[in-house]
Amino acid sequence: MKTFLAFIRKEFWHILRDRRSLIILFGMPVMQIVLFGFALSNELKNSKIAILDASHDPYTQRIIQQLNASDYFTITTSIQDEKEIEGLFHKNKVKMVVVFPAGFADLLSHQHQATVQLIADATDTNTANTMVSYASAILGSFQDWLLDQQTLPYTIHAETHMLYNPQLRSAYNFVPGLMAMIIMILSAMMTSVAIVRERENGNMEVLLVSPLKPMWIVIAKAVPYFLLSFVNVLIILLLSYTLLSLPVHGSLILFLFACLVFILTSLALGLLISTVAGSQQVAMFMSLIGLMMPTIILSGFMFPIENMPWVLRAISHVVPARWFYTIAQSILLKGVSIFTLWKEMLILLGMALFFLVISIRRFRLRLN
Amino acid sequence: MSTFKYVLQKEFQQIRRNPTIVRMMLAVPIIQLIVLPFAADYEIKQLNLAVVDQDHSSYSKELIGQMTASGYFQLANYSSNFNEAMGAVERNEADLILEIPAHFERDLVREDGATLALHANAINQVKGGLSQLYAGQIIRRFNNQIRAEWVQWPRYSPVEMVKIEPQLWFNPHINYHLFMVPGILAVLITMVGSFLASMNIVQEKEAGTIEQINVTPIKKYQFLLGKMIPFWVMGMFSLTLGLVIAYVVYGIVSVGPLWVIYAFSAFYLAAILGIGLLISTFADNQQQATFVSFFFVMIFILMSGLYTPVESMPDWAKVIAYANPVTYMIQVVRGVMIKGAGFMDILPFVGIIGAFGIFFNALAVWRYRKTV
Repeated sequence: MKTFLAFIRKEFWHILRDRRSLIILFGMPVMQIVLFGFALSNELKNSKIAILDASHDPYTQRIIQQLNASDYFTITTSIQDEKEIEGLFHKNKVKMVVVFPAGFADLLSHQHQATVQLIADATDTNTANTMVSYASAILGSFQDWLLDQQTLPYTIHAETHMLYNPQLRSAYNFVPGLMAMIIMILSAMMTSVAIVRERENGNMEVLLVSPLKPMWIVIAKAVPYFLLSFVNVLIILLLSYTLLSLPVHGSLILFLFACLVFILTSLALGLLISTVAGSQQVAMFMSLIGLMMPTIILSGFMFPIENMPWVLRAISHVVPARWFYTIAQSILLKGVSIFTLWKEMLILLGMALFFLVISIRRFRLRLN
Repeated sequence: MSTFKYVLQKEFQQIRRNPTIVRMMLAVPIIQLIVLPFAADYEIKQLNLAVVDQDHSSYSKELIGQMTASGYFQLANYSSNFNEAMGAVERNEADLILEIPAHFERDLVREDGATLALHANAINQVKGGLSQLYAGQIIRRFNNQIRAEWVQWPRYSPVEMVKIEPQLWFNPHINYHLFMVPGILAVLITMVGSFLASMNIVQEKEAGTIEQINVTPIKKYQFLLGKMIPFWVMGMFSLTLGLVIAYVVYGIVSVGPLWVIYAFSAFYLAAILGIGLLISTFADNQQQATFVSFFFVMIFILMSGLYTPVESMPDWAKVIAYANPVTYMIQVVRGVMIKGAGFMDILPFVGIIGAFGIFFNALAVWRYRKTV
């Protein structure tokens, strides 16, 4: 036991003395919380649009003013000719052009109908769709204002409630995914590279002649990464709680337990890679392709799983991060209890056990 | 000059003899390009609707029918109990709850107005916002229909209607792959350039061969240039491979001239490789280099506007986005491939990337020490 502790201490020093990695180790969660919390969002905000107003009447003025007043759009350009639109899109100056026909107000009052064209740069299809939807909503409220002169009978009022995220912050979605990603980097990628490095440098032979059983040497290697991962999870949780006011609606203990299980799964995967990989580069490559990419792409944290083709949806079921993500999100944001989550919990536990058993059995006691 | 030739020869040979690198060069682009565009689909297709119907009237049935017929929603749960619907949201089975209170139809007709409630799952705030927007549109249309039933409008409607005509340029069929594939192409050569280049010099450090190089008469810039050129060639190869995959798998053909993409990539790769080399002068072992490049590449990619538009960022983040080479690469590749932008359209970007390239490479040469 004493030897084992000495080994763990050695591994800790290994990590702690590498200042640069350490800075990044703790800088990474901070940086990412800031980026995801404050910089990245899919929301439409101050999107640049251009106006082609061939009419210049009070109605178009009013619509233009309402477009500009909304948080969604900023009018940066005013053009006179439809031919200018393509150039604006090519140079990425604006993403949408609102075109009013000549005599807009006259058309409205005499023919009771006038058309507004919303020409969007659909290079980014989603942004284009969202822009058109929001601009339509603003035009709809103009329409309501037109109708307001007459009080309308038989009105349905729709009250809307935004569940779980009333302030509509995009960051909440990312926090559990971020944890999954950092755990993967530390527990799987770094651990596998660290073990393979010992083999590549020839240190493994030195370690194997020590009185400690080989399995314990590997466990000693994993312990510091296990603890660092857990500390990082706590940092992320604390930062999201203070900076992003992330709510913790469910049981914190259940959540931390899920984190531990997921860290264990990642360590087992890292160990598995280290038994297969011959060099650090191969280990890195395998964890990048085999673990990092599925974690980022298929866990549901970047991209919605329900939109994926069935092949990817099927693959996502064997990605541990997917289950962790669902569990974390449900506990933190929805306040769901174990009674709703037991299935996901069991799957994650099963994965941890499965990968641990496989990697231990694959671990060779002798150098070849 | 002849020293330089030997260095170059050594580097090319080293890469050729290292199957991992060659495999990485091939596998990373292919996997990314084939998996990512299918996975990265943000389009909100069908939202799951849970209905709490406490009215059970012909109007409530009519409204539910119109919601599901709209194509935006599919009925996932129908009950007269709010908790039941809430449970569906908790289990991720429903995205939106439409609550129709008792006496909805009676109130609407007799009291001249009635209230509905919409509860959207807003954890994904875009989805939440859109589901509410779509539902609002459908309810408004339904409302107008009811008015038309009860009110005798004059024959020619005095209501002034604003007609909205949306036009989606460059991508009228809303092909999401058209948007993602060129962006991923840009990310791809970024990753190939930075990861491999940063690991390369460190590998020599770890193996100890760097000392042998340090005692040769080779100049610092020659050594770094020798490291850079093979990766530059491989980066261009990855780009070509990516363009072929874009055509074969997705049928995407560049609207603008391909040489513009190549010309820009030539500058871009030089800048990215400079960053990779700079990282390698800081790192002592491969683990460290991997970690550092992973950190920076991740920030670069996230801040580039690949997934989330740069316009949505706050001002301080925009500064980072515009100080980020990947942002320009993505704009250029998308601009040329999708919109058909020409060389004159992207000329300012070439200047900016050129400046980046000179800056990072000069810094790498300056940082690299031949002394121990």
